[in-house]
Amino acid sequence: MAPNINPAMMEALQHVKGYIFPNELELQWGILIVIYPYLTGLVAGAFILASLNRVFHIRQIEPIYRLSLLTALAFLVIAPLPLLFHLGHPERALEVIITPHLTSPMAMFGFVYAWYLMVVLLLEIWYDFRADIVGFSKTKTGWLGMVYRILTLGFMDTSEKSLAVDDKMGRIITIIGIPSAILLHGYVGFIFGSIKANPWWGTVLMPVIFIFSAIVSGIALMLVLYVVTGRARNTPIKTECMDAMGKFLFYALVFDFALESLDWFHRFYEAEESIDILVLLVSGKLLFSLVGVQLILGTLIPLTTLGLTQVLEIPKKPRKIMYFWSAILILIGIFAVRWNVVIGGQLFSKSFAGFTTYKPDLIGRESLLVGSILLIMPFIILWVLTRFLPPWRGVGKEISHSS
Amino acid sequence: MIPPQIWRPLGILLAILLIYLGVRSFFVPATFYQYGHFRGNSLATIASRPVQYAGKKACMDCHDTIGEKPYHSKHKTVSCETCHGPSLGHVEDPSQLPSLKPTNKEWCARCHEANNARPKTFPQVVIARHYPDKDCMICHNSKKLEKKP
Repeated sequence: MAPNINPAMMEALQHVKGYIFPNELELQWGILIVIYPYLTGLVAGAFILASLNRVFHIRQIEPIYRLSLLTALAFLVIAPLPLLFHLGHPERALEVIITPHLTSPMAMFGFVYAWYLMVVLLLEIWYDFRADIVGFSKTKTGWLGMVYRILTLGFMDTSEKSLAVDDKMGRIITIIGIPSAILLHGYVGFIFGSIKANPWWGTVLMPVIFIFSAIVSGIALMLVLYVVTGRARNTPIKTECMDAMGKFLFYALVFDFALESLDWFHRFYEAEESIDILVLLVSGKLLFSLVGVQLILGTLIPLTTLGLTQVLEIPKKPRKIMYFWSAILILIGIFAVRWNVVIGGQLFSKSFAGFTTYKPDLIGRESLLVGSILLIMPFIILWVLTRFLPPWRGVGKEISHSS
Repeated sequence: MIPPQIWRPLGILLAILLIYLGVRSFFVPATFYQYGHFRGNSLATIASRPVQYAGKKACMDCHDTIGEKPYHSKHKTVSCETCHGPSLGHVEDPSQLPSLKPTNKEWCARCHEANNARPKTFPQVVIARHYPDKDCMICHNSKKLEKKP
């Protein structure tokens, strides 16, 4: 029997710089754990954007309200998959629910997730689409009609009075949903922020930074989806909706950038023993992904572009183009944020005297291929959801009233 | 009166919660919280597994002449079964040979591949660059396991 020596580890050893502890050579959390907070961030961000319309009555973003809810659902359904692929043994996955360990933040995720999916998102979507579901249950036949009829829960009333109850319930659930969305993503930040042995992660600002970067990424995603779905459906893209989203995106990004800068000021001023290795990390291993992608491409360029749209009188068409491409850059930038947090935190040795290296595999269980599939899947689910429950205002209601 | 569109979905949520509690009471093993957050019976299950390792002392009973060589060498802290594999079967029935007789260089690399995390005084080389097409044993005498060429 030949000893089991991993050739990738032998290769990685050649790229180690300085002194590292033996268990730091191979990263425990790879590309899939980068994708996991990225997906949950998009869920929380999309939901919080939807709640702006619902709770704070921002009427301009009405056209993307229901699409945001479906987007949050499509991404939430996929969010646990990176964890499942990372851990393997899907047959053990439910053990965190069956025998939860109350001191494990990871185990608590099961409950936060279940609460957010069942009590917040599914209920809210049900109340928002109930009139449409009732309408479809009358017009659709076959198994699809059966699904719609089951989803009505046997309640077919679409009178003004009952729709008012739906609206009120939707509002109440959104109010519960905002802290829930913050809890969902704040907890992901907490998983990193609570690791006090790791100076790159262990800061109380981490959950807050995660929440704001989530809001930024969620708004950016919805802006992109609004343009793409509008183009695909050949419907006019409303400038006031784009303006409102662009404005929120700009201010959320300003806030997010300020928080991250504050974190850095804090680190520099405190200048704890870890500061030297962190500076080396940022100026070396993370130079491209942090300074290049996260800071310049994903923050400074969109900040400037979005800032210009706020202070200058730019004609509608170029303004929309500026919003769209800023949102794309922000989505790339926030991915880099997740990469820098998850991968960056494992690249330096806890001896503060050396660095290891990380290069994701192309194919395999934890690889770029699986990561790409997991990033594409929510869009496929969203497409199916929009076919099943068209979020475009009025489509379902027309059917409901005409039937 | 509570409208049906409120109590029906809430009723479903309540039903899911009750199903969860029912499933939980069914699936959690009886001894799960006996000693802590694990199945208490697992200790007995693990203890009941057959012993595989004999220990260095058992090897030395017969192989004292071979055993003493590495004992005085740099490999003296390495137990016989570290390289030769679990050998209780061989102790009980000498005709059953130990599972491993490592001679290839990947085996030496397990401990001697260059790694910054190892002490500087520990002998280590980059195996891929250290006479890549020769086996370690050709130069490093396998009898004493310590000789430098």
